[in-house]
Amino acid sequence: MILIWLILIPLMGGLLAWLFSRGNDRLPRWISLIALIIDFILVLLLWMQYPERAGLTNRSWLVDINLEWIPRLGISFHLALDGLSLLLVMLTSFLGIMSVAASWTEIKERVGFFHFNLMWSLAGITGVFLSLDLFLFYFFWELMLVPMYFLIALWGHENRISAAVKFFLFTQLSGLLMLAAILGLYFVHARGTGIYTFDYTQLLGTTMGSTEGMLLMLGFLIAFVVKLPAVPFHTWLPDAHTEAPTAGSIILAGLLLKTGAYGLLRFAVPLFPHAALDFTPVAMALAVIGILYGAVLAFGQTDLKRLVAYTSVSHMGFVLLGIFAWNELALQGAVIQIICHGISTGALFIIVGALQERIHTRDMERMGGLWTSAPRMGGVGLLFGLASLGLPGLGNFVGEFLVLIGAYTVSIPMTAIAATGLVFATVYSLWMIQRTFFGPREVYLKVPDLNMREMTVMAFMVAVIVWIGLYPQPVINTAKGALNALQKNAGAMTSFGKISYPVSTGADRDTK
Amino acid sequence: MFSKHWMLIAPARCGAEMMELLWLIPAFPLAGFLALAVTGARMPKRLAAIIGTGSVGASAVVALFIGMHFISSPPQGHLSSQTLWTWIEIGEFRPSITFYLDPLSLVMTFVVTFVGFLIHLYSTEFMAEEEGYSRFFAYMNLFVCSMLILVLADNLLLLYLGWEGVGLCSYLLIGFWYKDHANGRAAMKAFIVTRVGDTSMAIGFILLYFNLGTLNIQEIMQRASQAWPVGSTFAVAAAALLLGGALGKSAQLPLQTWLPDAMAGPTPVSALIHAATMVTAGVYLIARTNVLFTLAPVVQEAVAVIGALTLLIAGFSALTQHDIKRVLAYSTISQIGYMFLALGVGAWSAALFHFMTHAFFKALLFLGAGAVILALDYEHNMFRMGGLRKELPLTFWTFLIGSASLSALPLVTAGFYSKDLILWYSLSSEDGSPWFWAAGMAGALLTSIYTFRMVFLIFFGAAKGRVSRKPGMTMKFPLLILAVLSIIGGFVELPRIPIFSEFVKTALPSAKTLHEGLLGEGMQQVIASGVSLIGVSIAYLLFLRAPLNVERFTSHPAGKALHRFWFSGWGFDWLYNKVFVGPFIWIARTNKDDFIDLIYGGMAWYGRFFHVALSLTQSGKVRWYAMGITIGAVITIGITVFL
Repeated sequence: MILIWLILIPLMGGLLAWLFSRGNDRLPRWISLIALIIDFILVLLLWMQYPERAGLTNRSWLVDINLEWIPRLGISFHLALDGLSLLLVMLTSFLGIMSVAASWTEIKERVGFFHFNLMWSLAGITGVFLSLDLFLFYFFWELMLVPMYFLIALWGHENRISAAVKFFLFTQLSGLLMLAAILGLYFVHARGTGIYTFDYTQLLGTTMGSTEGMLLMLGFLIAFVVKLPAVPFHTWLPDAHTEAPTAGSIILAGLLLKTGAYGLLRFAVPLFPHAALDFTPVAMALAVIGILYGAVLAFGQTDLKRLVAYTSVSHMGFVLLGIFAWNELALQGAVIQIICHGISTGALFIIVGALQERIHTRDMERMGGLWTSAPRMGGVGLLFGLASLGLPGLGNFVGEFLVLIGAYTVSIPMTAIAATGLVFATVYSLWMIQRTFFGPREVYLKVPDLNMREMTVMAFMVAVIVWIGLYPQPVINTAKGALNALQKNAGAMTSFGKISYPVSTGADRDTK
Repeated sequence: MFSKHWMLIAPARCGAEMMELLWLIPAFPLAGFLALAVTGARMPKRLAAIIGTGSVGASAVVALFIGMHFISSPPQGHLSSQTLWTWIEIGEFRPSITFYLDPLSLVMTFVVTFVGFLIHLYSTEFMAEEEGYSRFFAYMNLFVCSMLILVLADNLLLLYLGWEGVGLCSYLLIGFWYKDHANGRAAMKAFIVTRVGDTSMAIGFILLYFNLGTLNIQEIMQRASQAWPVGSTFAVAAAALLLGGALGKSAQLPLQTWLPDAMAGPTPVSALIHAATMVTAGVYLIARTNVLFTLAPVVQEAVAVIGALTLLIAGFSALTQHDIKRVLAYSTISQIGYMFLALGVGAWSAALFHFMTHAFFKALLFLGAGAVILALDYEHNMFRMGGLRKELPLTFWTFLIGSASLSALPLVTAGFYSKDLILWYSLSSEDGSPWFWAAGMAGALLTSIYTFRMVFLIFFGAAKGRVSRKPGMTMKFPLLILAVLSIIGGFVELPRIPIFSEFVKTALPSAKTLHEGLLGEGMQQVIASGVSLIGVSIAYLLFLRAPLNVERFTSHPAGKALHRFWFSGWGFDWLYNKVFVGPFIWIARTNKDDFIDLIYGGMAWYGRFFHVALSLTQSGKVRWYAMGITIGAVITIGITVFL
């Protein structure tokens, strides 16, 4: 039941926010904030009970709820939560709170409807992370898109309409491919077993021909890598991120992209391990291209928000690399990268938003020297810039380093090239900080520094990124059981992702 | 793992307790950083100075106690370690936050905390009038903390944390005066160039982990020597990748270009980070992983060659600079070149010894330069100084001592003993060669020329600037202490009384010498002394007695070109700008709008085109429709008939 609540609370919160918005801008904000805090506390409680957090067991599903929905078609209302979805749902409600708090003063029109869309989008995302029925999954997949379209189209910046349309077309078209693939899988499974079902647990291990498998996998994969995004499907991202209001950008970068990564982890690889294995070289190449190309694009930008947006292309390349390396280190790295990228990029978008609210531009040519009047903003911006360039001690480093170690066991050249991404990340991150906070003071004489509300938001995000940087073990333990299960599901039939250390234990040599 | 070990066998319980304090050494500066960073500019200057300096002082005191204990009753195996927590644990991958103390890290810790403390103390006065006073001390404390983590780390991942941490602080402090774009550029350059090396090093770590199954430094050394024969591909690759990191951090060829520009930072920063400690991290890394380099003779020889080349190239550049800090910067590159030369010929402890004496005298020279710069209202150009020995007597005498030590004036200076040891091993060691020795000697000549050129230009001759500020006690005291250390620091390792190398021999293997060297150690010392004295005389003749000769040389076209070439650091910046920076910026700018998006844009354009074209056909005119039907029918019939 608790899983249903996790989705219902934001849905209801969104409705209430809309209903009570007449002539009152404060109420919808408080309603949304409180709803999300309740949601977050629920997840936190779940996490506290989760035995694996302390590394106690290796159980996979913590909560599982399976209700009949349309039994004739084999559709059920099947939600379940394992360590992976737990972490992602936690991230969802955390970033949800942050985005409501961050747009407290930014949004002035149709406040109620704004929060309605925000909350429904979050609910859809939560649903995506929890669904184990493919039909239900697709339903939530669509649910999260439509409100997001409105967030961009109604509260966005200058070119919001075209950005929103572009976003919608990319995700919708790729979503349709996924729908086709889901149906394909449904019939292939029925052909083999005679059972018509959309249930993930039953569809695992479906036998199919290799061409069939590849086509179906590609259907899923394209939907997911468009979301991720991987080059060459990334071009919706800079427009959508740049034009969206701050909360929209946080949710896009912090959560929506992660649904793509989650989809790969949960569905694309375990359902089609053979095809995924065949596809590995291509996927890893795309990942590496994304890392480098995204970084070069980021460096070329003059719009601060667009720069931050392109860094996502680069960072999510590491996630894709980790997922297709498919061994324990790489997968753990991908999960940590997912979380930390959500936090660090979210924080950068908040800073950009705060800046835009104050100086009404995102053009870096017109910034500079902001440290003098806004040292707190500068300090926090610096910290997240450093997180983004992979400074050890901050969470992103743990993720990227683990991905690189894991990928090394699969392909040394890919790893080496991906590692050069660290240099490029340094270039664009430092450039961003330099152009914004350092240098002579230009144009703006006095910029108000971050206020209490914004600093509180930032303090939470800093705490999380430092915590994961120095002690990621709770996250690792939580994801462990889930990742092992995924590996088992995928690896039972193939040699996919068998991690092999040439010298697995130094100890056994010592004893000889 | 060792922590349990020594707890069981430590002879005296109190000894074990003393070693339990190890974590405090980096923790004090970290606490200082946090306190300063959180309160920010609200903190009064006096308090910021007390916290900033006090925290480093406290860790120096702890280091002193631990060091005394370490020397008086050495722990089992001359090492001890302390695990704070497991950083990451995924299967076999289990790096922890563990500090490891052996003679090598102890020497490094001493230098970092003591020299660090003196420089902090000096800064309280030097920076007194700057805005961002507490920010300065926050960064400095974070630096000391990171540097201590670097030298105390027991595994490569933790070392990397410290390594990147010092790089970050270096970046922040070079760009401390952030309002000037030039400083920001220098800071970015430093970070990016070293990051190139760091990335190579990170790949090296991954390679080591993948092949040896651990990141613990001692286990790596042990397993590597068991698993890999001398000259094996893995050993060569690993050593070469680590060398990349060392070259970046220690500003050696071909990654040396960032250090001269790094002088944009405040002078105490140059003293601490860009002379005494951080830039020697590469030396530390190679000494720490010396087993790998012994297993990869090719790479080790490359270390020696790079060291020899760097010390010469930087020496020539130092000769031509006007800016006092840039002279010292090139000098630092050159002296680290000596350390690399020592490492390359297997004289590990000689490299460490030179690191230590260099930390003393180069920090002294930078701090002295700082006093001069401050006295002349931020004048950096040596040609606008002169005759300062009367106005700033203490600065003069201490600077002279530092210069003597840098030029390795015989017998009384620390630099003499350490440099002499390197020169001796570069000839007599198994891996040595007369070429290395000759390069070292030529470098020694250059060193004493450029050093005393500096002394003569600043302190002798006619006074050109007016002294507006004289250093106070807090600036004089560090100068004095460092001057004393620049003299007596060498006496810990005298020929035939090698206290220093005895002390570190459990951590660093002794150099293998061939006894039938070309000349004896005594003879070599005489030659080295002669060379450095000749250098001083040349400097005297050229820059004090008859400066016209130099001008005549540099005004000749060939001389001018050569001067410009050396002055610009042998054109490396120009080359890198043409080959890397320029093209990268060009690509990024040209592709700002992402050519891939143009493809989708093209699709959208065609979509709209056909939309317009087809909606034109819906004109509502019956004649057009009838025509369309007819043409369509004709084509259809045509196709059916003819195919």
